Amino acid sequence: MSRLRNGLLFVALLAFALPAGAQTKKTGLGRAALAEEIAAWDIDVRPDGAGLPVGRGSVKQGEEIYLERCAACHGEFGEGAGRYPVLAGGAGTLNKENPDKTIGSFWPYASTVFDYVRRAMPFGNAQSLTPDETYALTAYMLNMNDLVKEDFELSKENFAQVQLPNAANFYDDDRETTEKAFWKANPCMKDCKPEAPRILGRARALDVTPDNKSGPRVE
Amino acid sequence: MADKPRSEPLDRRRFLKAAGLAGAGAAVASTVASGSAGAQQTPDPLITEVQDWNRYLGDGVQARPYGSPSQFEKHVVRRDVEWLTVSRESSVNFTPLHELDGIITPSGLAFERHHGGIAEIDPAKHRLMINGLVDKPLVFTMDDLKRMPGRINRAYFLECAANSGMEWRGAQLNGCQFTHGMIHNVWYTGIPLKTLLDEAGVKTSGKWIMPEGADSSAMTRSIPIEKAMKDCLVAFGMNGEALRPEQGYPVRLVVPGWEGNMWVKWLRRIEVGDEPWHAREETSKYTDLLADGRSRRFTWIMDAKSVVTNPSPQAPLKRKGPNVLTGIAWSGRGAIQRVDVTLDGGRNWTTARLDGPSMPLSMARFYLDFDWDGRELMIQSRAMDDTGYVQPTKHELRQVRGVNSIYHNNGIQTWLVRQDGEVENVEIA
Repeated sequence: MSRLRNGLLFVALLAFALPAGAQTKKTGLGRAALAEEIAAWDIDVRPDGAGLPVGRGSVKQGEEIYLERCAACHGEFGEGAGRYPVLAGGAGTLNKENPDKTIGSFWPYASTVFDYVRRAMPFGNAQSLTPDETYALTAYMLNMNDLVKEDFELSKENFAQVQLPNAANFYDDDRETTEKAFWKANPCMKDCKPEAPRILGRARALDVTPDNKSGPRVE
Repeated sequence: MADKPRSEPLDRRRFLKAAGLAGAGAAVASTVASGSAGAQQTPDPLITEVQDWNRYLGDGVQARPYGSPSQFEKHVVRRDVEWLTVSRESSVNFTPLHELDGIITPSGLAFERHHGGIAEIDPAKHRLMINGLVDKPLVFTMDDLKRMPGRINRAYFLECAANSGMEWRGAQLNGCQFTHGMIHNVWYTGIPLKTLLDEAGVKTSGKWIMPEGADSSAMTRSIPIEKAMKDCLVAFGMNGEALRPEQGYPVRLVVPGWEGNMWVKWLRRIEVGDEPWHAREETSKYTDLLADGRSRRFTWIMDAKSVVTNPSPQAPLKRKGPNVLTGIAWSGRGAIQRVDVTLDGGRNWTTARLDGPSMPLSMARFYLDFDWDGRELMIQSRAMDDTGYVQPTKHELRQVRGVNSIYHNNGIQTWLVRQDGEVENVEIA
């Protein structure tokens, strides 16, 4: 009996000694996800086209849907109403003072347009578009940015052929090399500037801070 | 989001100013007094007379079954900047940093950033799915998550990548709530994401995960599997109670040290894949556009940063003599090791006192007790983390990045304290 008890104790000690990083024992919690459930939620689309549903839609069809369901916020020509996002134009502005970051001028992948519209648009009525409507809208927004012709039809089959012009201008975070100078052993503590500091700009000159006497509007 | 401000909503304020009715600044100017209150000439009635709260019974227990702050603290609220965004459902508000102390942000004051409004989800109806490159795709209920072994508690800061994003081109907003308030620091309760991924069994080809939210924006981001396995949490608690709806109730992802957008709220699905997805929020947004027109992507880590919260434009100095300067510091690369403070615009620096724990990837609190003689001050703070990273000046940042990047502005902030005690957001050279 005592030998058995020692054995159990030994097993218990082993269990506690498992390193934190090791594969944990399966708990058996959760249940298998059914294929229908995965299909209902797994709607993401990647640049290589992985995840695209079967379907197709033309620029012309897209224009009709756009005018009805998108133009109120994004403007008839993708120019953006009020401060809603601008969808078209902006080519050649990325290194200028006021860059226009649109689908045509900035976005690297057309799949992002399809994926985002499919999951989150129209604003306030998400996931109400069919796959064909989503293809058509994507085609129309590409046309709006002069990336495809007016008679273009976008489909699962030809999707990967669409390239956006700014794709090559993204690169991975390189701060640890390009900003290496920010790792300083001994930052200056005394007499760090030869002359008195000068004021270059003041927030109050712009006067865009919300009036601090009124709290947020209560509706 | 960080576009140039428009002036239309501000007409009222302009009008008040023109009419000589603008209050705050002028009021402060006349109240600066020297030293302590001085000798009392007449007895203070607050002492000599019995006050109402001193005589009559107050509320009993259960008058406030879920307690709220004192009626005298009504001004301590999250606030937004209306010109920033077109709709409040896809917008941001700001933590009132100048009213807080210590390192923990009260749950009700933690800033909000939504892309499709607050999802109100009955936890009994919430499901969390893990699918993709796993041995066994799984569905968990909240009940399952709360039965998971290995529950842990951690304090982490969450900073929006666009915090201080309005300040790239110069001083713009008067108040640390607006310049630095897209941050909070709370205690999370949850289970390591690794536990759930191990339960499903990540295939060797699984290199990335994609968390997805259940809200109407169905937020998605791509996260490398190494980070997911290292320290990410699936959290259902904050500050000892359930997550607040606006922070992702019933469950959110915690991605310590990395930009807030990745901390997907209302977490309903985690897909494992072999490549990143390049979702909208990691391509068209949350990438850093540099001066040459090219963009950095996957700039996930929030670099070391600090700000003096008092004094600041919303918290002017009222009296000469002893004053408490305080502020917060944080780093997405490790723990805050030191914070230096200057009162003369960066000519001379003093190392501030850190009080309370300085934990990795969590806020630290610093103090500099000082005597104010009524002179103009130019206050800055400079954080250093335990990797040796030193918070850069805004000028140093612009030298590398230009002014169009919107995100990841961790430059040193300057507050000008005028002789009347009023404080302004300024840029200096």
